[in-house]
Amino acid sequence: MRELVIRNLRGALTAVSDIVAEALPRLLAMAIIVLVGWAIAWVIEVILRRLLVLARFNRLFESKGVTRALSIAALPSPAEMISRIVFWIVWVSFILVGVNALGVVALQREVSAFVGLLPQFVVALLIIFFGFLAANFFSRAALLAAVNANSPSPRIVSGFVRFLILLLAITMALERVGLGRGVVLVAFAVSFGAIMMGLGIAFGLGGRHVARRILERRFAAGRERREEKDDEGSHL
Amino acid sequence: MAEETFLSDEFVSQLTAVGEVDILVGLPTFNNRDTVQRVVNAILVGLVKYYPRERSVLINPDGGSKDGTTEAVQAASIPDFRAVLASNPLRTMHVVSALYPGVQGENEALRMVFAAADLLGAKACALISPDLESATPEWIDALVRPVLKDTFDFVAPIYQRRRFEGLLVKNLLHPLIRAAYGYQLEEPVGREVAFSGRLASYFLGDESRRENFAGLGSHVWMTTAAMAAGYRLCQAFLGPRVTSSRRSALDLNTTIQEIAGALFRCMELHQSYWTSRQTLEEVPTFGFQPVLNLDPVRIDRRRMFQMFSSGVDDLGSVLEKILSAETLQAIKDTSKLDEKNFRFVDELWVKTVCEFAASYHHSVINRDHLLQSLTPLYRGRVSSFILENARAEAEEVERRLELLRHEYERLKPYLVESWNRQT
Repeated sequence: MRELVIRNLRGALTAVSDIVAEALPRLLAMAIIVLVGWAIAWVIEVILRRLLVLARFNRLFESKGVTRALSIAALPSPAEMISRIVFWIVWVSFILVGVNALGVVALQREVSAFVGLLPQFVVALLIIFFGFLAANFFSRAALLAAVNANSPSPRIVSGFVRFLILLLAITMALERVGLGRGVVLVAFAVSFGAIMMGLGIAFGLGGRHVARRILERRFAAGRERREEKDDEGSHL
Repeated sequence: MAEETFLSDEFVSQLTAVGEVDILVGLPTFNNRDTVQRVVNAILVGLVKYYPRERSVLINPDGGSKDGTTEAVQAASIPDFRAVLASNPLRTMHVVSALYPGVQGENEALRMVFAAADLLGAKACALISPDLESATPEWIDALVRPVLKDTFDFVAPIYQRRRFEGLLVKNLLHPLIRAAYGYQLEEPVGREVAFSGRLASYFLGDESRRENFAGLGSHVWMTTAAMAAGYRLCQAFLGPRVTSSRRSALDLNTTIQEIAGALFRCMELHQSYWTSRQTLEEVPTFGFQPVLNLDPVRIDRRRMFQMFSSGVDDLGSVLEKILSAETLQAIKDTSKLDEKNFRFVDELWVKTVCEFAASYHHSVINRDHLLQSLTPLYRGRVSSFILENARAEAEEVERRLELLRHEYERLKPYLVESWNRQT
């Protein structure tokens, strides 16, 4: 009996030590891969950041409104952002290689599922990024047009344009990563429709006198418009 | 001749039939049937009356008119030579019409005129607008004579202005060009100009011609390019300029975008010239200046002020990218003044224009947006200018404008510094 217990215990200990002996090098390998990966990613990030600063990379984007769009989104400058993105791409790649080195089948399956989703994430990020740019550009265009046309509340018009474009971009991005695909689309359609209907009702009922005046001015043979232009004089 | 290739075969064969000419008059048209015949008559009479011995041609690039403009041009003739106190012309009067792609605008029409002048070896060329109601045969002589007889290369017009007419020219274009390029030219965007054959060839070959200037921007380019290349400039009195143009109804915002945008772009093209230029050259003036009592232009000053005031309020986030903090604060303070005490002083206006030009150069924001945000500020300046000069005599207004020009000259180092600043 005693011998049996000892034998079983020894067997269990041997099995555990075998598992540990087998897993420890793998864990160690993973830790080394992750650490070395972090170091390589950091070096690449530093070098890339310096190169981009030397090449005045940020200036390329200032005129296009990218820098402003990034600051609105509380994001760093383009050079900083690109170097950080490269750091994470390199390091995450090393982490995935490290996890793979563990040889755990279930984990390997999760890793490949995650890798499969990565391109969708990148595309979604790009959609949001360009959405910010477009929202910034068109909202400013709307603001300037409204100011120069002497329209009431130009900032509201501009803010509304920004909101719509961002809403569209975020919806597209979420749809891209497959996050609540149906729910997001329905939510977008419902809220967009509600906004438009709300505006229509507000304008047509609440502001019907204003609406009438605008329509009259727009279609009444342009007489008033001409008078308005005359008042501006000839500037050339 | 590389430029020949863009001319249609038909146009080239018509030019070949004309042969060499001394004077070429360009008349770019696009749906101007109502006025073009009168303008063509004035041109033909002017050529017959003042240059009966010279070989002349009228070139009419048309942007695809649908109202029979080219037919009207071709049909125009001088019915009775006794009426113009001249005998029959000694030479045949050629009128050549050709189509240019309308979408490409006046740039392409001008290119055809330059190419025709180059091809025909014209000694003097004049450009006349087709929508004029006040053109007389004397305009042709006033424009062509300095080139043909006095070997000038570029003749700019001087129009007789109505009170408060041409405020964009007086407050921005003229003084800025004068300070930057160093020429005292009254009308830097004159629609009626003349130039020598050699300048036409230069225009044709100049790379900057390929810039896509909208509307009257190409006229700004012609004037500044002639200055920067060191051609001999002069100006001629033409009298009042009356048009039937739909352009006069063009909104202020578009006008500023076209004209100020073209000037800022030209300053970029010629920056090595104007940033180092120190001297101010007087430009010889020809002709007789008539003194007519013209009705003042009607401008709603209050509306201008209100649009300035609300514009500054709404565009704060845009203007802070274009203007220095100091200038923007001064403008904001100005916009809060009472309408009757409101003054957009010369120094502030000139600094505003300089900073806009520099910001355009550095592309701090989209350039169209930048130019659009100048409009409310210009409205403020106009409102202030009218308020200041409401009761002033013409001499007093001229004295104040001279002070403004001096302010531009005084602040030229500021402009150059802002322009060259690294961002």
